[in-house]
Amino acid sequence: MLRIENLSVHYGGIHALQGASFEVPEGKIVTLIGANGAGKSTSLKAIVGLVKPSSGSITLNGESLVNLATKDIVRRGVVLAPEGRRIFPNLTTEENLELGAFARSDKAGVQADKHKMFQLFPRLEERRKQKAGTMSGGEQQMLAVARALMSRPKLLMMDEPSLGLAPLIVKMIFDIVRTIAAEGTTILLVEQNAKAALEIADYGYVLETGRITMSGPGKELLANDGVRKAYLGEGL
Amino acid sequence: MELSTFFQQLTNALSLGSLYALIAIGYTMVYGILRLINFAHGDVFMLGAYFAFYAVTALAMPWWVAFVVALALTAAFGMGLERVAYRPLRDSPKISVMISAIGASFLIENVGIVLFGGRPKSFPSIPLFDTVVHFGSVSMLSVSLFIPVITAVVLGALLWIVHGTKTGLAMRAVSTDLDAARLMAIDVNKTISLTFGIGSLLAGVGGIMWTMKYPQLNPLMGVMPGLKCFIAAVIGGIGNIQGAVLGGFLLGMIEIMIVAFLPELTGYRDAFAFVLLIVVLLVKPAGLLGKNQTVKV
Repeated sequence: MLRIENLSVHYGGIHALQGASFEVPEGKIVTLIGANGAGKSTSLKAIVGLVKPSSGSITLNGESLVNLATKDIVRRGVVLAPEGRRIFPNLTTEENLELGAFARSDKAGVQADKHKMFQLFPRLEERRKQKAGTMSGGEQQMLAVARALMSRPKLLMMDEPSLGLAPLIVKMIFDIVRTIAAEGTTILLVEQNAKAALEIADYGYVLETGRITMSGPGKELLANDGVRKAYLGEGL
Repeated sequence: MELSTFFQQLTNALSLGSLYALIAIGYTMVYGILRLINFAHGDVFMLGAYFAFYAVTALAMPWWVAFVVALALTAAFGMGLERVAYRPLRDSPKISVMISAIGASFLIENVGIVLFGGRPKSFPSIPLFDTVVHFGSVSMLSVSLFIPVITAVVLGALLWIVHGTKTGLAMRAVSTDLDAARLMAIDVNKTISLTFGIGSLLAGVGGIMWTMKYPQLNPLMGVMPGLKCFIAAVIGGIGNIQGAVLGGFLLGMIEIMIVAFLPELTGYRDAFAFVLLIVVLLVKPAGLLGKNQTVKV
């Protein structure tokens, strides 16, 4: 579905991505794991057009996304729930959800999806008219995921959804990722919480200083000694 | 002081405050969305008045057609200004954009002097706005009654756009977080352009009504009102539409009341705006309705 080949991104003098290649097959959960600064977020930003790659290709079902504006990439069904959640703090929960569905014009469908989100995240319904910035971190993350889902993405990319959240909330978020995937949405998940990510992923890539150094099915990486040592905090 | 004088001055204050409010909104909207002080906004106000003037005189249009045409041109000019002077600098340091704004302001003023001539022009009389109305012993120009009413209607429409429509939702999203707005598939450039259009349209309404009340035009007529309305926007809390309205009315009120009740200080009328600005910034730096932004991490 999504294919990244030899992707390079420069920020000023910093070579953040140095020819990374990976792919996300339709209907699967794929995860990118790696340390801080390995280029995980940069990959997602490049896919959705927020940063311009200096070379390499990004194709969605054969169509190149490289020169498209972010709004057009999102309209093609590639949606990012960004790092740090980036909800609109001065708008209400409901307005945030409506913004998620900004590209859609089927009012009834949007309304129905809003209710679906409230079923998925009952906490959001309680906070419906509340300014999003006044909610807890976990609630804001739920909102960020719900907002991304409101556009009915074909490919949902999530950048560090577990960052700064209590273990219970993390578990809940990962359960929901699994539910979404089971309903047919393809997922590209970026995580520092490598264990949780690999446990639910069909396939994983390890990113180190801008390059893919290892890849394999989630379970295999989870059992790999190198991965265990470097990312799962287990001494050998 | 007699009661009638008081009411006389009150209507004056109300109409001046309305005009200030209309112009101040343009500053605040652009600041809200781009964190940019559009220094050329006062000159857009001036252009609105001149467009109406030429439509009525040179093109001999009926006044109401002339006003609609002038407003459309003013809005288009504001959008063009953003396209030419600000958009190319979107990712540049703030200081570059500010210098560009100051440059645009000087450019418009001086091209105005070349094209319109430096000598003041007087707006032909429009009976609907020029009649003297009497309420008991209070008498005033009809335009002083129209101005607050028109302002109220325009404000109502603006608040509906910002809080009741999808476009307004997009504007609020863009003003909070540009990249997050992009991720919502919002056309950020279009939204910013529209914001400039609306702000300039309001400046145009202000400019036209200003010349109805003070029927003299000159290419630098936008400088002082522009500066004062910027102050009004800051006093109210820049970025906040209701704040701009409050600041505008406050400034208009204080200015008129000082002239009315302390005639010996009339020469300082412009200075009071700046004194007020200093006082507000000392006491409440974010402005009267401005909130100190808190960020939850």
